[in-house]
Amino acid sequence: MKDYEIVIVGGGPAGLAAALSAKEAGCDSVVILERDSVLGGILNQCIHNGFGLHTFKEELTGPEYAARYIDRVLEAGIDYKTDTMVMDIAPDKTVTAMNRTDGMFTIHAKAVVLAMGCRERPRGALNIPGYRPAGIYSAGTAQRLVNIEGFMPGREVVILGSGDIGLIMARRMTFEGAHVQCVAELMPYSGGLKRNIVQCLNDYDIPLLLSHTVVDIDGKDRVRGVTIAEVDEKNKPIPGTEVCYPCDTLLLSTGLIPENELSREAGVEMHPVTGGPTVNESFETSLEGVFACGNVLHVHDLVDYVSEEAVRAGAHAAAYCLGNVRASRKEDTITVRATGGARYTVPSTVQCDRLGDLLTIRFRVGAVYKDAYVSVYLGDERVTHLKKRVIAPGEMEQVILKKEQLTAHEGLKEITVTIENE
Amino acid sequence: MEKRELTCIGCPMGCTVTVEMNGGQIVNVTGNTCKIGDTYARKEVTNPTRIVTSTVIVEGAPMTRLPVKTAADVPKSDIFRVMDVINHTRAKAPVRIGDVIIENVADTGVDVIATRNIA
Amino acid sequence: MYDIVVIGAGVSGCAIARELSRYDASVLVVDREEDVCCGTSKANSAIVHAGFDAAEGSLMAQMNVRGNRMMDDLARDLDIPFKRNGAFVVCIDETQRDGLNALLARGEKNGVEGLRIVEKEELHRMEPNLSDDAVCALYAPSSGIICPFRLTIAMAECAAQNGVEFRFNTRVDALLRNAEGNWHLTTSTGPIVTRYVINAAGVYSADFHNRVSTKQLHIVPRRGDYCLLDREAGTHVSHTIFPQPTAMGKGILVTPTIHGNLMVGPTAIDIDNLEATATTAEGIDTLIAGASAYVKDLPIRKVITSFAGLRAHEDGHEFVLGEPEDAPHFIDCAGIESPGLTSAPAIGEYIGNLMKEKMSLREKSGWNGIRKDVLKPVGIDIEKRNALIKENPAYGTIICRCETISEGEIIDAIRRPLGARSLDGIKRRTRAGMGRCQAGFCSPRVMEILHRELDLPMDEITKSGRQSVMVFGQTKAGGGVIR
Repeated sequence: MKDYEIVIVGGGPAGLAAALSAKEAGCDSVVILERDSVLGGILNQCIHNGFGLHTFKEELTGPEYAARYIDRVLEAGIDYKTDTMVMDIAPDKTVTAMNRTDGMFTIHAKAVVLAMGCRERPRGALNIPGYRPAGIYSAGTAQRLVNIEGFMPGREVVILGSGDIGLIMARRMTFEGAHVQCVAELMPYSGGLKRNIVQCLNDYDIPLLLSHTVVDIDGKDRVRGVTIAEVDEKNKPIPGTEVCYPCDTLLLSTGLIPENELSREAGVEMHPVTGGPTVNESFETSLEGVFACGNVLHVHDLVDYVSEEAVRAGAHAAAYCLGNVRASRKEDTITVRATGGARYTVPSTVQCDRLGDLLTIRFRVGAVYKDAYVSVYLGDERVTHLKKRVIAPGEMEQVILKKEQLTAHEGLKEITVTIENE
Repeated sequence: MEKRELTCIGCPMGCTVTVEMNGGQIVNVTGNTCKIGDTYARKEVTNPTRIVTSTVIVEGAPMTRLPVKTAADVPKSDIFRVMDVINHTRAKAPVRIGDVIIENVADTGVDVIATRNIA
Repeated sequence: MYDIVVIGAGVSGCAIARELSRYDASVLVVDREEDVCCGTSKANSAIVHAGFDAAEGSLMAQMNVRGNRMMDDLARDLDIPFKRNGAFVVCIDETQRDGLNALLARGEKNGVEGLRIVEKEELHRMEPNLSDDAVCALYAPSSGIICPFRLTIAMAECAAQNGVEFRFNTRVDALLRNAEGNWHLTTSTGPIVTRYVINAAGVYSADFHNRVSTKQLHIVPRRGDYCLLDREAGTHVSHTIFPQPTAMGKGILVTPTIHGNLMVGPTAIDIDNLEATATTAEGIDTLIAGASAYVKDLPIRKVITSFAGLRAHEDGHEFVLGEPEDAPHFIDCAGIESPGLTSAPAIGEYIGNLMKEKMSLREKSGWNGIRKDVLKPVGIDIEKRNALIKENPAYGTIICRCETISEGEIIDAIRRPLGARSLDGIKRRTRAGMGRCQAGFCSPRVMEILHRELDLPMDEITKSGRQSVMVFGQTKAGGGVIR
């Protein structure tokens, strides 16, 4: 097998954008390894519109958004291998992969970009009691069955979790002739976009039951019904509030988990909150020359941000290969800390001299805040105090700092991102 | 006088906007925090429209479904008529993004176009 | 007419079938499910127990210790993984020490080898994540872990390759002994006539027994809830950790599984419904509380699935093996609860010998007790693996990402004797779908392979037979015109 300087693991939105950017930054030896039979990743099954407003200033469907990047990858002559599973990434950046035609092969890369995306939280992880019949699908699996394979996973449907995929599938199943009885959401607010609640649920009179969860699943063979109960402020079901919904299908849209088995085995340090690698300002993980972007790093709400992040990760990977990066020095490292409602930040650390002009810090909050402030402290000094009408867990937030702000602060050790009431 | 309550989709705030109508005429819009809410509510009560996305059966390709969308918004009340036509349509590979799969779907004046390239 | 019909293709029925396949006899195994190992055998602790807690002199103790000793050879012959990881029965305060000594004495009388009491310091060195309260433990080095699916499937395949017939989706509705002394079975797939019936029907074994014998058996389905944790948590303990046994059983254990997961369970809840394998919230809470008393920092957030099984608890807590006095040619294998999995090889041998004697069976020539498992490419060196992929490219396509299972393995699982016909069948033979995403990614692809290999329409592909269909036909009803 030919060796490449940069191996991109995953050919979804993150991998495609990273590959293009690495090539544009001057690295000609890039390969994308994709486990599915086509490039584009999960976007191929996201046939609804609403992608690309930031990037292309128009509303695209998932496959259209993917195609714009796929076309550019093909034009740029970037190598890729589909139906190819990466089996192992060694700390020395030897990537072992496998497919039908090449068998098992290794690539000795100089840099690796992790772009494996995420997976859905399964029923088992939610500890929903009851039977374990057929007809319990994660929303994304149902989406694949309907949109790609062309099969109906159910007729009478209840959805647990109001993540965007669940909302989108409520409308999609309705379009295909199924009846969606309700969407139950454990939290007192939805994790999905407002627009999806209106256009996927309200448009079709599908009730959204906030502070509700599934407490029992009936049916030995196929789902026969589920029981939904209201929950108290500790998310515990309230006895006496149970309602049975006869149905044949339960779809779950209860969260996404970055898929980091390869990263972990490679020895990449993980962030306890995001489930993705901890990265520095260059999207570089704790392993030098291993970069991460997209949903494998932290779960995004908009694909536009995935692409944007991947562009930077790809450029940094190229710079690393071309030897244009000063090795990281521990003593220069600034820690980025999330506190007071902010759950995490990406990046986790910053080395000032490696920064471009700007530092974008992305984060999410743990609850809904109204009329609150996003504040950033450099050491003890508050440099950002931005009033927001609403900040919600479902939406990724960002603050942008100028490099001068950081360099002006001599001996800066810590940047803090926090939510303040005043 | 009739009242309609809507959730604005302009931002994550999701204001509950109330539109007061009199014989089809908008008399008053309240509850919105900004201009976006007003504009959204006025359009939504007089002429709600949506892009419809779905799939059609495709022949001569390794995959069996081709994703499609209406090339422009269609009236909300026409969605299921549009879906009915889409459900009874077959496309033939090869298909390029933007190819018209159904002209003037359900007499809406809007075409249904392909959203994926299939060789 | 058959010589012997075995009702039930669980671990006992399949162990019996394998033993009977040594002889010149026509043997049929019937099961109401679509596959072997669909009842009690599929949902248990997957432990090969040492044998210290069954009552002295009981058939249960005898079968347990014998079964445990047979397991190394059997696992080797059947090409399935088995590991003697050892077990601890842990005391968390000194008042429990007497109980521990009693258990040690009983174990020694039962013939369990290597038992000893391990004191605090050594105990915590051997098992660092035990609760700080643990003061001492009974150590049973011969205790082991095994995959109950693999064991059952392997014994069934071995029986099948030696001529035993299997008939699935066949529920026995009635059995009557005619004037010639033969049994007439009325089943959901037609009548069956046989000289002998072996009752290995799990929680239904009392039901069958009581239809033919006046000496009634009483079996209570005792539900056990379990949680299975991600392999990331699989090394939290290395031994099987038990509390002290009670009247309700061996208690809530924490154990690594043979596949590297961590398992916690079971509860012990007597119920009256023979089909009620639903987990409950209270059950899961009980597990977590129970296990946390013995093992600290239990990574319970790493749960990937929970499930429940029913043990066939007989009132006397004893295996019922053999011919009732008033029901000639009817052989019970009833009340098989824990340590039933461990005992299965011994029960098979016991019933096999019994039948040999009763029917004067002769060993057939050419019996082959060796069976090869589904070929697993993981772990073989890269040149051999590439040769395999070259010969059969299906081994180069990964279908299940979490467990790294190739298309080749799935096809093998379908094409072998008594091959898989459902998603669960594939799962139990290959582990595809058993990992942390719980089949989210691979189920559409496994469905496609089943569809192709078995020539089954997609809407007839099931999770586990019967009405457990995965999809209801095509979108667009498969119709449409070209525009």
